[in-house]
Amino acid sequence: MIAEQLPEQPALLPGGPAGKRREWLAVLRRALRTPRGAAGLSLAGAVVLLAIIGPVVAPHSSTAFIGLPFAPPSGSAPLGTDVLGRDVLSRVLDGGWVLLVLAASATALGVVAGTACGVTAAYFGGWLDNIIMRTVDIVLAFPPLVFALLLVSVLGPKLWLIVAAVGISHAPQVARVTRAAALDVCERDFVKAAQILGIPARKVVTREVLPSLTSVLMVEIGLRLTYSILVIAGLSFLGFGLQPPAASWGLMINENRIGIVANVWGVLIPAVLIALLTIGVNTFTDAVARSSLGVGRRYSDPTQQLGLAVAGAGQ
Amino acid sequence: MTAIGGQPASALGQPPASQPPASQPPAGEPLVGQARLRVDGLTIRTEPARGQSGAAVVTDVSFQVMPGQVLGLVGESGSGKTTVALALLGHVRRGLVIDSGQVTVDSTDILRLPARELQRLRGREIAYVPQDPASALNPTLKVGTQLREVLAAHGSDAQAREQRLTEVLTEVGLSDVHGVLHAYPHQLSGGQQQRVTLAMAFACRPRLIVLDEPTTGLDVITQRRVLDTVLGLCRSYQVAAVYISHDLAVVAELADHVAVMYAGRLVEIGPAAQMFAVPAHPYTRGLLRSVPSLTQAQSLRGLSGHPPQPGNHPPGCLFQPRCEFAIPDCATVLPPMVSVSAAGHQAACLRATEISALAEAPALAVQVPSASAHGQPVLTITGLTAAYGNQPVVHDVALSLSSQQCLAIVGTSGSGKTTLARCIVGLHTSWAGQIAFAGEQLPPGVRRRDRDQLRRVQYVSQNPYSSLNPRRTVGQIVEQPLAHFFKLPAAQRHDRVKAALAAAALDSGMADRYPDQLSGGQRQRVALARAIIVEPELLVCDEVTSALDVSVQAAIVELLRRLQAERGLSLLFITHNLPLVRSIADHVAVMNKGVICESGTVSQVLAEPKDPYTAQLLADAPNLAVAAGGS
Repeated sequence: MIAEQLPEQPALLPGGPAGKRREWLAVLRRALRTPRGAAGLSLAGAVVLLAIIGPVVAPHSSTAFIGLPFAPPSGSAPLGTDVLGRDVLSRVLDGGWVLLVLAASATALGVVAGTACGVTAAYFGGWLDNIIMRTVDIVLAFPPLVFALLLVSVLGPKLWLIVAAVGISHAPQVARVTRAAALDVCERDFVKAAQILGIPARKVVTREVLPSLTSVLMVEIGLRLTYSILVIAGLSFLGFGLQPPAASWGLMINENRIGIVANVWGVLIPAVLIALLTIGVNTFTDAVARSSLGVGRRYSDPTQQLGLAVAGAGQ
Repeated sequence: MTAIGGQPASALGQPPASQPPASQPPAGEPLVGQARLRVDGLTIRTEPARGQSGAAVVTDVSFQVMPGQVLGLVGESGSGKTTVALALLGHVRRGLVIDSGQVTVDSTDILRLPARELQRLRGREIAYVPQDPASALNPTLKVGTQLREVLAAHGSDAQAREQRLTEVLTEVGLSDVHGVLHAYPHQLSGGQQQRVTLAMAFACRPRLIVLDEPTTGLDVITQRRVLDTVLGLCRSYQVAAVYISHDLAVVAELADHVAVMYAGRLVEIGPAAQMFAVPAHPYTRGLLRSVPSLTQAQSLRGLSGHPPQPGNHPPGCLFQPRCEFAIPDCATVLPPMVSVSAAGHQAACLRATEISALAEAPALAVQVPSASAHGQPVLTITGLTAAYGNQPVVHDVALSLSSQQCLAIVGTSGSGKTTLARCIVGLHTSWAGQIAFAGEQLPPGVRRRDRDQLRRVQYVSQNPYSSLNPRRTVGQIVEQPLAHFFKLPAAQRHDRVKAALAAAALDSGMADRYPDQLSGGQRQRVALARAIIVEPELLVCDEVTSALDVSVQAAIVELLRRLQAERGLSLLFITHNLPLVRSIADHVAVMNKGVICESGTVSQVLAEPKDPYTAQLLADAPNLAVAAGGS
């Protein structure tokens, strides 16, 4: 009789189908279903597409001289020519992918380094936490652009250096955000349960703590990408990116600004593309942030939601 | 069992204020006369969507409460009791709508009042005491400011207000009025905070007060005092009270009448004494059977199965699939409320009269192994002193647990019992003294213990909602310790996981589920499966049932007992619940302020407590027997 009554039926509570769950995918899907997310992604996606297929479809070589400097739009050069008489359209089509590659690498570097620092600080705490976070404070004291300029002007304009400089300048913010989020996760009982088994810290962090930071990291990646694009385009504008005669949007704005009265397109198009890309990425990130809140809620602790203080909570 | 402070503690000897004349009102109404609160046919649904009418969350609930009386509203989580409670204040949660029914306080129909009127009524005429005082009080405002706010909102001049403040704080037992008024909520203890919310509720001398599990987070001693305060105030000011709880023993102490809810319906209502002595609904019987007894070690039998989800109700009686008394008719006929006795005891069961006439199902006495059966100590603690920073929490504790026995550690919150457990499993590292396990000394932290030591001592924590990683499946969670301690091929691991799940009475299909798809009881079973899969010798259970409903608690305790017997486990069972100790432990150690103040066999300590603290714990433990008129 007792034995019969013991098992609770394996009746399912509502909560979706069983099987593998990919939280990041769910968040992206939800974000895409919002008008905000769809608009952001299509904006950014259009610019990215242009930058990727641009080099293939460009009518001229980006370094070929096809006419007089600052010639207005014509049949062979629909957007006119630039300061040295090269085709603006071809240079626009050719000058985007470097920016994208650099921004993406800098973001990856910044997020990986920052997350490593932040989660390590949160998990171990104590003096390690102090050392990491005070270092973070110091790096944080340098404005990203100034920091990158400093490195680049000392070591010379090398592309890997730009990636490193921008990445490192991102890491502190990422570290702060992930540390705050990880502090909360590290206190959860399932992390303690893994610790009690004597599972090494590296495994506990990667298997137990990190998966709970997915949505935080997604938002962080989007934000950092926005900043990376701006900083790298800015560096390029200042002459520290790709070196002439190669084409890059930031560089184009700088080269062509003296002739803005004669041919406005050489400045306007790269500027607008950079703006659209940043706005698009940022809008999409915003949508991701909003929908990840909703997704996260499903996983949260109902006792916290209901404000139910667990009886006799002890120490 | 008597109450402290001279307050009447039981419904016994406190007959309903006025017995009804000959005319019996319709179902669910034990009394007529000048009822303070009348609820008639209350039905609450989810918002209709796409032309479909919403699913019923609360169906046709009717009851009434007389001035000065307490109605206990009982049910498992999800039974709709909080929804009913909020409806008494004219409020429904987002996504729900009141479909039909009336809530009448004196002569005002709450549900038909315009919002402005309702606003005026709340706080002044109808007060609400929430579950968790810590989140109900604003942490940035002093208690005095918050109390004055309530009084000011219902218009009274400044002088009268101050006078009333002092008065009401004294009434709820906060004698240091000045200190409390100038304190921020975090400076008060949980019990004091709950008293402040009580003071807020009683400040405007309401006519009706709704209490939503106000003592859930409190330890037994504080709980007893708060209950006494509530009861005293209701009696002296003729306030009608509705007390929501899942804890039958608490309700037994307090309520004059009890209403039991199941899946949104009232299944039984009646005078408390009768309900507990001769329950007429099988569900109530099941609930009562789940409550551990202070006086007798008994096998706890939980209810099998789950309540139906809203919108997915079977035809006929909602309880029928889980009912041991079900007859074929039950599956087709929705049982009406039928009167079981003249005193207004009613139950919605086709066999109500039959069942209430049954003798109380004899509790299965449990064979508690005698103290000397297994002499070998598996865990010996001597001179253990632990601290958090400079704050000592455990002083010079000595304990011994024999092989295959269960030692319970009992104490109120803050007694250091959880810290003690954390020292043993190696989570808390700053301690001095000796912990010997199976003859060898355990070093302080997890990192200094060897694999074998780690494997042989497993820990199950209090809150099943945070102890399982929400991003991993049940199978992955249970497999984790196995993969860590044993290098096994995948197929073999898979089999072991299946076996562990089966041992914890979980279907093997559960392995693919995520924790948020499981109920609290199922989650705790998963946590147990994770602990036993590596064949430990000692299982440290830290308040493993305190986050669960009483009926689920019973099932988990039975599971633990069975696992202990089958696998020869030694159990260290930490709890604040004394009656539970009766049903599971052989030995008990009572902790108070970091010190073991008394220890011995369960029957010794619970029958003849030597320490005044133990005696106090025993006296304050809510006890079903009080209402049932038993010993």
